[in-house]
Amino acid sequence: MQLITTMLLDGLSYASYLFIVSVGLTIIFGVMKILNVAHGAFYAWGAYGAAYTIGLASDNDWPDWIGFLLIFGSAILVGLVLGAIIERVILRKMYHEEEVLIVLATFGIFLILEDIILLVFGVNPYFAYQPMALLGSIKMGGIIRDVYSLTLFGLAILVALGCWYGLNKTKWGKLLSVVIYDREISLAMGINVQMVYLVTFVLGATLGALGGAYIAPTISVAPGFGIDVIVLSFAVVVIGGMGSIPGALIGALMVGILRAIAVHKFPEFELFVIFGVMAVVLMIRPEGLFAPEKARRI
Amino acid sequence: MLATAWNDKTIRWAVIGVGFLAAIGWLLPTWVLNNVMFGLARGLAVLGLLVLWRTGLVSFGHALYFGLGAYAVALLEKYTGLTDVFVKFGAAILVAGACGFLLGFVLRNYRAIFFAMLSLAFSMVLYGVLVKMEVLGSTDGFSVTQYTIFGWDPEGKYPLFCFIILACVVALTIVQLYLKSALGFLTTAIRDNERRVEYLGYSVARAIHIKYLISACLAGAAGGAMAMALGQVDPDSMVNWTVSGELVFITIMAGAGSVVAPFIGAIVFEFLRTYAFEWAPQAWQLIVGGTLLAIIFFLPGGIWSVLEKPWAKRETDDG
Amino acid sequence: MRSRVFKMLGRTMLAGGALAVAAAAGPAIAKDTINVGIATFLSGPAAGPFGVPGRNGAELVIDAINAGTLPAPYAKAGFAGAKMNAIFVDEAGGNAKQVGEYRNLVEKRGVDAVLGYISSGTCMAVTPVAEELKKLTILSVCGTPRVFEEAQRTYVFRTQAHAVGDSIAAAHYVLDKFKDMKSYTGINQNYAWGQDSYKFFDVAMKKMAPETKASDNPQFPKIFAGQYGTEISTLSLDSAKLVHTSFWGGDIEAFVLQALVRGFFNDKQVISSVGGSAVDSLGKKFPDGVVMGTRGEYGLLVRDNKEPLNAWFVEEYKKRYDAYPLGPSYQYANSVLALKIAMDAAAEKAGGFPNQEQTMAALKGLSWQSFGGKISLSLADGHQAVHPVGYGITKWDKEKGAATAVDVKFYQPECIYAPAGQNSVEWLEAGMPGAKC
Repeated sequence: MQLITTMLLDGLSYASYLFIVSVGLTIIFGVMKILNVAHGAFYAWGAYGAAYTIGLASDNDWPDWIGFLLIFGSAILVGLVLGAIIERVILRKMYHEEEVLIVLATFGIFLILEDIILLVFGVNPYFAYQPMALLGSIKMGGIIRDVYSLTLFGLAILVALGCWYGLNKTKWGKLLSVVIYDREISLAMGINVQMVYLVTFVLGATLGALGGAYIAPTISVAPGFGIDVIVLSFAVVVIGGMGSIPGALIGALMVGILRAIAVHKFPEFELFVIFGVMAVVLMIRPEGLFAPEKARRI
Repeated sequence: MLATAWNDKTIRWAVIGVGFLAAIGWLLPTWVLNNVMFGLARGLAVLGLLVLWRTGLVSFGHALYFGLGAYAVALLEKYTGLTDVFVKFGAAILVAGACGFLLGFVLRNYRAIFFAMLSLAFSMVLYGVLVKMEVLGSTDGFSVTQYTIFGWDPEGKYPLFCFIILACVVALTIVQLYLKSALGFLTTAIRDNERRVEYLGYSVARAIHIKYLISACLAGAAGGAMAMALGQVDPDSMVNWTVSGELVFITIMAGAGSVVAPFIGAIVFEFLRTYAFEWAPQAWQLIVGGTLLAIIFFLPGGIWSVLEKPWAKRETDDG
Repeated sequence: MRSRVFKMLGRTMLAGGALAVAAAAGPAIAKDTINVGIATFLSGPAAGPFGVPGRNGAELVIDAINAGTLPAPYAKAGFAGAKMNAIFVDEAGGNAKQVGEYRNLVEKRGVDAVLGYISSGTCMAVTPVAEELKKLTILSVCGTPRVFEEAQRTYVFRTQAHAVGDSIAAAHYVLDKFKDMKSYTGINQNYAWGQDSYKFFDVAMKKMAPETKASDNPQFPKIFAGQYGTEISTLSLDSAKLVHTSFWGGDIEAFVLQALVRGFFNDKQVISSVGGSAVDSLGKKFPDGVVMGTRGEYGLLVRDNKEPLNAWFVEEYKKRYDAYPLGPSYQYANSVLALKIAMDAAAEKAGGFPNQEQTMAALKGLSWQSFGGKISLSLADGHQAVHPVGYGITKWDKEKGAATAVDVKFYQPECIYAPAGQNSVEWLEAGMPGAKC
């Protein structure tokens, strides 16, 4: 029983993390049909931004709760700056190209951004444990857990609700669905599609950066940790259905809980289960578990 | 058959060029020889990607076959002590081909981004297994220390270089002949309009399956050759998704214009990497990434499109 | 001024003499500089905690040797009179890439020797290539004994003792200081170093204290995984109180941070064989009471040791890099020093600038006073080093504002390594016959 609770909590906590890092990816894919490899770089930049500013705050003896503001602040800053530059300078010129070529371009962007991190921040690791230390720990299901990781649930729910509200209840969300449905007609009807794309990409980038920024206090922020995140979030997004937000939620839950079970009971299969599930889902339902049905265009 | 091959201008020039390479190989400094050898080995995998790309398919998971080939060679040596290059190379192709044949049944029904993602998933499954299993070397991988040719235990890498060159010529000839066959001509037709091909009475799925099998065998051969040339296999430099990304990168950089292009592209890539690593060790990814973007924007036909013009001119002269 | 002129004169004469002898006996021609490739992590998660301190240690000692400012008995400038030009290369990116880089160093850049390597994985990968290319290679940090026990090596040396000693010393320390430990588990990276470290610790515990119980679920996450939430839960659920870890290079920092908030260190007794970097980088955040090893008389355990070479090293390192030298700083410095001693000795014996064979002959079986105690290349036919290995318990010193170690205890080589010529694993499994503790 205790084992089951623990696995469930571990799984949920990891799932929340996965959802936050991959929801940006799925939004960008849903609207722009771009599989954005540079997402891993946004994640890394978000983490570096947060770790760097939290370190500064701590050096200047600012109160620890400032750390939470800095997490969100640096995520938004990274999303705005990097997202806007990349969309306007590079991607905008590529929308007429094949999907796969755009994926490659984002791969190039990823490589470049990774090395700029090295040049800007150096190789020494950054620590930003203050927010995690501030929240302390709590005993749940027989073992002690840190409250900070539990707040990931809250953040994940908040992000999910925010996306749902934004897409379904605002004028902006309706605009988005129109653009997703038919880009040419939207253009003809006078919708500023370029603007929609820019905002979507910045939003996706910000969410990716938020994933990194929020996880930064729990890890040693060091070069090269964006690489694994990319395929992990690909797996989540593909399992749930590319472009679907509830899909990302389900995908994250499946991967998170299966991984927790694997680590506890069959540690050798930790990575195997994640990509195994991805492959199986793709074979059975290529559009993912939750993809909206689409009419085939001839 | 041989005569047909010789009549093909690309094959003829490739054989001459590669024969020249083999002849001067022993004069080259060892490091140049090594880099050319790595380039040729990787070029085999890129040639496989080119076969798919002509149909409009891009695999982000060919590291699966590259890795299978490499590990087949390493495990064969470790557990059976067999070191003959032909046996090793054959095993690499066989293992990769068998896997490609089976997965082909699934993948032949997929297109575009779904094809790319499913290949990625399959390759990451192999990565996940290798990394976590101690008997398969986990993240360390294995050394590949020896090679023999029909019982002869040569000194140095030059004989292996010649062997890889031979493999490249064979692969290049087969692919060129295939692309010029009726089945091969379907390649571009499928890319342009699948329905039309079906109406003509061809099975698109089967055509794609054959292409996939060819490209899997080539990638497996590449992995096997790479393992022997380098003397080491490990999951991060041979099976991870970044390796698939690199292969696709070289495909784009080389251009799809000719079956020779992958080898030129791969050799250029090896030298680019060696020098980037020497001059700017902290920024070599930046250089590779920058090159990738530059090629996409300014040289969409890849390196081949630059070489093609004088080539095409000679063709008219010949004709 | 005058002394400089004399020095130069002396050097010229020496070189002249060397040349004359070289011409006669046919060894290598005297050189002004030797090029040495030094591999260490310059990117990726291991760069900060391991690679850069290692490079700093090497750099410091190379500059001192080139300038002739090392303390006695190593005050003579140069490597057999030649200055070393170090070419640092990045060890990150996977074993296959490292093998390629190694070939480039030797075949393209024509180095005279290769030094370094931190990861056991890389060492295993480059060793056969070093033998193939016949290039003198001195491994600095990596720990798996497999490097020398899978085959006899000719061109490869290691100036650091292997993981068997670290694990046996860990078992001794635990049994000496924590008599009430009934069971143990571990969290180690899933590759040569982590697998070996835990396996040796496990066997040593079984042989030395058969009544203790091993957990049936030790954890082996992928190296550089970064997030250990689930693993920490698993260890917390485990009834074993003692947790062995050989985490290093960024992973130990991440693990400590994540475990700390969860009160892990109140519940469990952690023994870390090589986590010294985290003690410094986390400062007062690092929990007291962790058993910490440094794989030799290095770093945290010998910070206040006044032995002259160690004192010089700590002081100069602090002056130049504004930090304490860590284990890797010592390990790289020791490799550089070993090369100098061997080359100087070989030069003397040959009466001229030594060639690679002469240097290797001098290096074989060498025993020398290093920056961290005495090191002897006494295993694997004179290729593999042994030296004492110690553990201590971490304690934050409020007054000094610095990390310290208390209850430090070193175990001598006779106690923790198999006698020369024996396979470590077989010796360990036979119950360590002949060990003198």
